[in-house]
Order: sequence, then C-alpha cells, then structure tokens
Amino acid sequence: MTDLGLPALRSGTESVPTTDEKQTGKDFTSDQEVRWCPGCGDYAVLKAVQSFLPDLGLRRENIVFVSGIGCSSRFPYYLDTYGMHSIHGRAPTIATGIATAREDLSVWVVTGDGDALSIGGNHLIHTLRRNVNMTILLFNNRIYGLTKGQYSPTSETGKVTKSTPMGSLDHPFNPVSLALGAEATFVARTIDSDRKHLTSVLAAAAAHRGTSLVEIYQNCPIFNDGAFDAIKSPDTKADAIIPLVHGEPVLFGAPLEDGRGAKALVRDEETGGVKVVATADVAAEDILVHDAHNPDPTMAFAISRLTDSGYLNTSPIGIFRQVQRPTYDDAAREQVASATTVPGDDDAADRSARLAALIGGGDTWTIL
Amino acid sequence: MAAGRARAPTAYALTPRGAHPTEAVRHDPCHTTGVEVVPQGRKARSALDRRLSSLLVVAPEKEVKQLDRVIIRFAGDSGDGMQLTGDRFTQETAAFGNDLVTLPNFPAEIRAPQGTLPGVSSFQVHFADHDILTAGDAPDVLVAMNPAALRANLGDLPKGATIIVDTHDFTARNLTKAGYTENPLDGDTLAEYALHTVDLTGMTIEAVKEFGLSRKDASRAKNMFALGLLSWMYGRPTETTNAFLAKRFAKVPDIRDANVAAFKAGWNFGETTEAFVVRYEIKPAKMAPGHYRNITGNLALSYGLIAGGVQSGLSVFLGSYPITPASDILHELSKHKGFGVTTFQAEDEIAGVGAAIGASFAGQLGVTTTSGPGVALKSEAVGLAVMTELPLVVVDVQRGGPSTGLPTKTEQADLMQAMFGRNGEAPVPIVAPQSPGDCFAAAVEAVRIAVTYRTPVMLLSDGYLANGSEPWRIPGLDELPTIDPDFATEKNQGSGDDAEFWPYLRDEATLARPWAIPGTPGLEHRIGGLEKGDGHGNISYDPANHDFMVRTRQAKVDRIADSLPPLEVDDPTGDAKVLVLGWGSTYGPIGAGVRRVRKAGYHVAQAHLRHLNPFPNDLGEVLKRYDKVLVPEMNLGQLSLLLRAKYLVDVVGYNEVRGLPLKAAVLADVIGGLVADAEGIDVDLTPASIQQESHDD
Repeated sequence: MTDLGLPALRSGTESVPTTDEKQTGKDFTSDQEVRWCPGCGDYAVLKAVQSFLPDLGLRRENIVFVSGIGCSSRFPYYLDTYGMHSIHGRAPTIATGIATAREDLSVWVVTGDGDALSIGGNHLIHTLRRNVNMTILLFNNRIYGLTKGQYSPTSETGKVTKSTPMGSLDHPFNPVSLALGAEATFVARTIDSDRKHLTSVLAAAAAHRGTSLVEIYQNCPIFNDGAFDAIKSPDTKADAIIPLVHGEPVLFGAPLEDGRGAKALVRDEETGGVKVVATADVAAEDILVHDAHNPDPTMAFAISRLTDSGYLNTSPIGIFRQVQRPTYDDAAREQVASATTVPGDDDAADRSARLAALIGGGDTWTIL
Repeated sequence: MAAGRARAPTAYALTPRGAHPTEAVRHDPCHTTGVEVVPQGRKARSALDRRLSSLLVVAPEKEVKQLDRVIIRFAGDSGDGMQLTGDRFTQETAAFGNDLVTLPNFPAEIRAPQGTLPGVSSFQVHFADHDILTAGDAPDVLVAMNPAALRANLGDLPKGATIIVDTHDFTARNLTKAGYTENPLDGDTLAEYALHTVDLTGMTIEAVKEFGLSRKDASRAKNMFALGLLSWMYGRPTETTNAFLAKRFAKVPDIRDANVAAFKAGWNFGETTEAFVVRYEIKPAKMAPGHYRNITGNLALSYGLIAGGVQSGLSVFLGSYPITPASDILHELSKHKGFGVTTFQAEDEIAGVGAAIGASFAGQLGVTTTSGPGVALKSEAVGLAVMTELPLVVVDVQRGGPSTGLPTKTEQADLMQAMFGRNGEAPVPIVAPQSPGDCFAAAVEAVRIAVTYRTPVMLLSDGYLANGSEPWRIPGLDELPTIDPDFATEKNQGSGDDAEFWPYLRDEATLARPWAIPGTPGLEHRIGGLEKGDGHGNISYDPANHDFMVRTRQAKVDRIADSLPPLEVDDPTGDAKVLVLGWGSTYGPIGAGVRRVRKAGYHVAQAHLRHLNPFPNDLGEVLKRYDKVLVPEMNLGQLSLLLRAKYLVDVVGYNEVRGLPLKAAVLADVIGGLVADAEGIDVDLTPASIQQESHDD
C-alpha cells in the first residue's frame, strides 16, 4: 500500500488487553437484581450492552463503567465489570481521571439527560472538547424519572409536569447539536428499542479513539410514556427517522417505485442549512450525501437541527460525525512518558535518586 | 525557623546590651536590639572583603555595626517588582547563613491602579544570627518606592525605624493619588524616623544609560538598584543575584545587563555616598547541622506530594483548577512529570477532584489542590471519596473568607469546613503544617494516611505558609516513611469456586478496605455513593447496616490516632500552669510569644497540633495537666470549639481575623495575662524585665 504519510488510525480499545476466552452476555451480568420500572427502556439498552460487550473481545477486568445519578446511572451495578456509581453530573470527570491514568482500560460513562445536560453540562462539553478516550451513553428520556417526573433540559417547551403545572418555560437542548458545538469527534444518536442499530453504533463508538457521545432515545413508561412513539411506531417511523449512513444519500419516507425514500435532504441555499424535499422533485446529484468524516462540523450541525425541539415527529438517527483528533489522555501520557524516559530507565531507585536531587537542588548550604 | 528543630529555645551567645555605647547608635536608632559597634579596623575589613570580592570599589571607610536581627520591608507599586526584590534579598540572606522568615503581602489585583494605596505590594524579611520564628511584628527598615507605599506602611513602623524613600515618584500627582495633601518628605512628619531620601529611579536611569533602553524600561531596573543598596547595607553576598539575573534575562542581554548594572550601582552608591554612614553585620545563625535551602510553603508542599508518590510507588495525579493562593502547587507539579506526575487543569473545582478520584480508583495517587471556596465546591465529591473509601489528598491553602473574601491574605478559618463541611457523617482526617518548610513533611504525612487508610485527607496550609519562606533542612530520604499501597490481588471471601471478592472486607488493624484496581482479574466490583453493605459492598438500605457503616467509617478515621506519636509538649521545667496550644501557621508567633514570656522569667508550655482529626490519643490528658489552656487562632475559635466539645476543657481562645499572621508581642501579653491569673502573680513583660535584650522572634 502506498504510504500517504497519514497517521495510523488508532482504535479506541487498541491498548486494552484482549482475551481468547469465549465470552457471553452472561459473563457481563452481575448478581444484582435489576430494579428499573417494568417497561423501562433501560432494560433494552442493558441487554444490548451485555450482549454487545463480548464482541469487543476485551478482558472483562479492563472494562470500567462510570455513571452519575439518575435512573440510567444504576447501570454499572448490573454489569460484572469494574464500575463506579458516582455523584450527580460528575461521571465524565471521574472517567477522565480513569482514562488518563490508565491506557489499558476501556472506559464507559452512562448518564441521562438531567445528569449530563443539566447538573453535569459543564463537564460534558469540556470532556468532549478535550476528546478523552471514553464512550458516553446518554440516555435521553426527556424527563426526570428518579425524582418522579419534573421536566428536564431536553423536555419540550410547555411541558406540564409536577414542577411546571402551567407548562415549562425553558427552551430544550438538542444533545447532538450541543456535542457538535463542543467539537466532539464522535456524535451519534440511536434508539433503545432498535437493538441492531444500537449495537452497530456502540461498536463504532467503542472503536473510536476519543470521546464518543451516543444519545439513546429511551422511553420512560411512567413519566413520559410515548415521547418517541413517532419514531418507534411502524406506521410513522419511515417518515420520522432520517437515517444517516456515511457515504450514502440521505433519503427517508415511504419508498418510491425505484426503492428510494420519498423524502430527501438537500442543501438549503437560503439558510445555509439543510431541508427536506420530495425526492422526486430534485436531481439525484443534489441529494445530500452524508459525510460523517468531514472535519468541518457545519453540515452535521445543520442536519442535527432537523430534530424537533417540541414533540418528536422527526429526528435524524445514526452517526452524525466521526473524525480523528488527538486525545487528551494519549497526549497527557505522552508528556509524562517523554519526561520520564531518561537513559538508564526509571526504576524505583532512580526515582528516589532524582527525588533527593530535586529537593536538594536550588541554592543550598551546609551547616556542619 | 528551620523545620525539625527542637522546640526548646536554642542557646546562643548575645552581646551584652550597651557594652559600647557610641555615637553611631544614636545616629541610627532604628536597631534597638543587640547592638554592638565594631570600630572600623583591619579585622572587620578583611571579613567583609571576602564577601565583597566581586566589587572593586574604593570606598570611604564606613562603620560596621553588629546586629543580631533585622526586619526589612520592601514596598512599592504592584508593578515595581517588590516580590522579586524581596525574594532575591532572601536568597542572598539564606546563602549567607542567617536564619530567616519572610512575609509577602500583595493585592489580589494583578495591576491595581498605579500609585494608589490598593496597589501597594510589599515583602517583609526578618533575618537573624539565631533561630527565629516569625517574619517580625514591626519592620526596622522600610524601603518605599512611592508615596502610596510610604503611606500604606508607615503605621507599622516603630519610632526610630529607618525609611529609605525613592523620591522620584513623589510628584504632586502621585502624592494626591496616595492621599497626601502635602509632601511628607518636607516638614516634620517623619522626624521620628531615620529618613533617607534617595532618587533611586533617577540614579538607575543614569546607571543603565549605556544600554540604550527606553526611559521606561531603564527605570524598571530601580528595584535592582534598591536591592543593591540594601545588599550593601547588610553585607549580603551578591553572587546569587548576579547568577539569577543572568539566567532570568538570558534572552534579552540589554535588560540583563541593565539589571546587573543597576544592582551594582545600588551597591556602589551605598559604599560611596555619605548619606549612608553605617553598614550592618548580622552573623550567620547557629543552626542544627544539615543541608539547607530556603523554601516557600507551596514549593515544599509540592515536593512533599512528589515525595509521597515516590515513597508509595504511586503515580501522582493532580486534578486542579487555578485559585489563589494554591495555584503555585499546580504550576510546580506540572514541571515534574518526570516523576510520573500527571497534572490535569480541569474545567472547574469539581472536575479537578472528580478526576483525582477517578485516578485513585484506577490505582494512582489522586490529589486536588485549592483554597476555601474550592473546597466548598468539592465537598460532595469528597463525600464520595469517604463513601467509596479511596485515597485522596485535598490541599486547602486557606485564605480570608467567607466567599471570595481576601484571596491574597491568610486565615485559618476552614478548619470547620474541613472537619464537617459535607452532608452526612463524613469524617475526614486533617493534617496541618506549621511552617513553610514543614509543608513538605505534612504533605508526606497526608499521603501516608490517605493511602494506608483509603480515605480522603484534608491538608490545611494557608496563604502565609504558601508564600512565606524559611531555611529548610533538607531531609534525607531515609527519614521519610515508606508507604505501602497494598493493592488487592486475590479474592478474599470463601474458597474454591465459590470464592468472591468483597470490596468492603476490612483490615482488622486499620479498618481499611482492600484497594482492588481495574485490570485485576477476578476482583471486578462496583462502588459508589449509595450506602454499602458491610463486607460485600452491595447497595444496602438496611437500617442496622447503615448505623454500623456510619460508625465504622468514623472508627477507621479515629483509629489513625494509633499510628501517631504522642503530642510533643515543650515545657522546659515542667512548672508551667499555662499551656498554649495551636495549629498551622500560628506556630511561629506562638513560639515567639512563649519565648518572650519565658525570657521574662515565667513558665509557659507550648504544644502544636499536626493532626486536627483525629487528635493525638494523649491530647485530652495533656490538656488536663494545665490550669489554663490558651488557643490562639486566625479564626473565631474553631479549634477551641472542637477541644471544648471533645474534652470538656474550658480553653481560652485568642482570635484575630485580620488576614495577617498573629503578632508575637500581642500573644506574649495574652500569655502573660493568663500566667498571672493561673499563678496568682504579677507578670511584667516590659523590656526591662526581660533578662536578655533580644526578643528572639
């Protein structure tokens, strides 16, 4: 192959020890009783993750799940890996410490819309911009479940909840737009009930070296049931889901005679963004071809704006952006390694000698 | 004030007071202690010549006076380089072999409006031919670079003090800015002081004109002119400053040469001018044998954290957010990645501690550094470290509070925050250094406790320790404890195929839980902020279990006391009825106050707490031995409250929250009053009652 002088792409799990032992979902299932509400979308995600993890072929002891607070944050207790159920909103900070300290760990964060976008919003954006090697699973049910049903930062404006009997006033965050704004290197959206799509996104996220943000639409049957019905119902989902596949034209809706979706995305010359048109009305070459690897996040952001901020009738699903950028943790370890590597190695005796030289340095004098 | 020195007063020779009353003493009344005048003679010259060999100046004969100690304060605008000037004078003084203590004092604003009172920055250095404990209550010498510096500091000067003023900035405009309606250099307002008016700036510009600098750049070397003059007055060796300037300005030869020239010109001015007729000699101090360097608290603390990493074999991970006066620790540690140190400048205080906890979970030594407001933000995360029982060192370089408070001033009012500032019963061990150099040993001790007991530890330094400096006897590595992380590698419950790993099965002696780090096969486990079941560590809402776990976490911290040495009580004759008990940076002023009282012939005992939680096992017994216990603090009585609560002892507090260290003379009076009460005697602490003339503080 011709050497183009490009840096080799490093996988997200490249430095994590693998195992030849056959693993099953059961190996990743802890002995703790799962205690989410019946019908909760979290069950489906847990099952998908448990059955996906063996595919990575990593040693179980080298996988760490960290969570914050909220329904989804119970996740680590149900996985037989190393894990920490931490405090509200702070999981990305703890995961940053773990990922920076240890190259040989596969680090996962499980969080929710309140945990990641409200109390932990600051940590989320800074983790994304630093590009610390970890995968963040953001369970978005557009409601506060554990505190029994207040509106969340992704709830639609006007949401009537216990804390907003006259309707909520806040404009919601679009997690994908937020992540792209923070220049995240991997941003995807998937759905709790679509095991196949969810698993494919997880695989891509784990393979990505850097911070992967995966928004998972997750139904809360108790406090926000039906929030994602439009994209889940067989009757409506063809028109509701805008599927994003790298390298392919973005088409959706009921199929035309030629098999293409009836709706297509094209550039909107007026706004500089993108818009939905009837496929039949535009030339094939004008239909937007999704480029997740575009270093410029502008188009990905434009696509993310097609997500309804009110009740969800339409939403792009898939990998919005997947680009390579040096990761914070790799760079931090490289700095330490380059400072540590002295000719003649760095054993404990050497460190002691250098410590003695350090504290005994500067302007010194001796009293006999 | 060298760390590790015995607390009992060191014996040293003093020149009998007034042995040779001479004209010179009256000429220059600023030095009221330990004055001996050495007539100018061959012997004195030759001793000086050795130190002045770098300067070949034919100078008029000057008198040399012997002093046993001097307090100098350099004061100027915050852009005048006073911190640097003080620091260089300190390094020269350390190299000469005096004992010393310094007190930098600067505004929070980086460049407050020029020439105004809020913009004044100062650096006080106290140096002596004997062991001293504080930066001194009142300066003997003030160097004032502008009217605001004079006005802001004049109130601290005793009558008779020497004032050296740069007249260049005493313009009508600057006088107005400083709030003067008349020029204080004219008239009689400064008649009670030994005033030297010198156009330092003008002479500096003249001295550096060959380097072709702009007038503004040239005048910026005036601090080096002042340093040169003071270095001459006090016979300081100049090599360290010349070497420093050569290195600091290596890339800008003109600036380097101008600074060196200004420094030399200042020295020569002192040597040749008739304005200064006397120079002073302060002999090297008798200090305990050893290898010494001058060190600030923040530097010593940084080195202590690195040493803790080396001694435990753990990589240090610092998660930190910049905050005054703790940022220097972040700066320093970031220079030492060669020791496996990772420094993470986080997006906020919470992320700093969060990342440190994550690193500890992953098997490194998690550290976070901050000041009081940052501790408040980190509190929830520290509680998580209490619950998950992970090693963590939280450094709080205390400053004036509450809220933003006084960012650049010192205080010790975070003791309660460190002790109780979390939700729930969340005991955290607390360690406090007593002097700048002692920050090293305190940091190593914090690491020892954190790693051995799997717990967050609060290390309470303060702004005075952080920026103040003193000669520090550099310890040998064999003096440091070895710290064993003792990572778990095996399952610890059941046997054979049923064997399990229980993350909360404790060591019987320390009650510490096993530290099993990711990557260890078979020990996969989950921890978190929810209450843990005893032993197995699964989530438990069982009432009896919660009660047991709360008590167990407290018992684990209490048990640290079993690893501590008995409290060292300095009570030379055993006759004292009054004990002075302190913690943190008040060690210096308390020790100096105690010395004054003892010198006047009275008995008083002194003890200082390194550990605030848990207290040493024998503290209660020590307190009960004394009729009166005085607890001076730079807060409204936080240690007093703890002592009263725990030991039911009616301690007497002495409390000041002025953002400045306590003053030895004030403490001596307070101690004297208590001694009078306790012993039913009259206590006279007037100078005449003190046997020896030096105050030794």
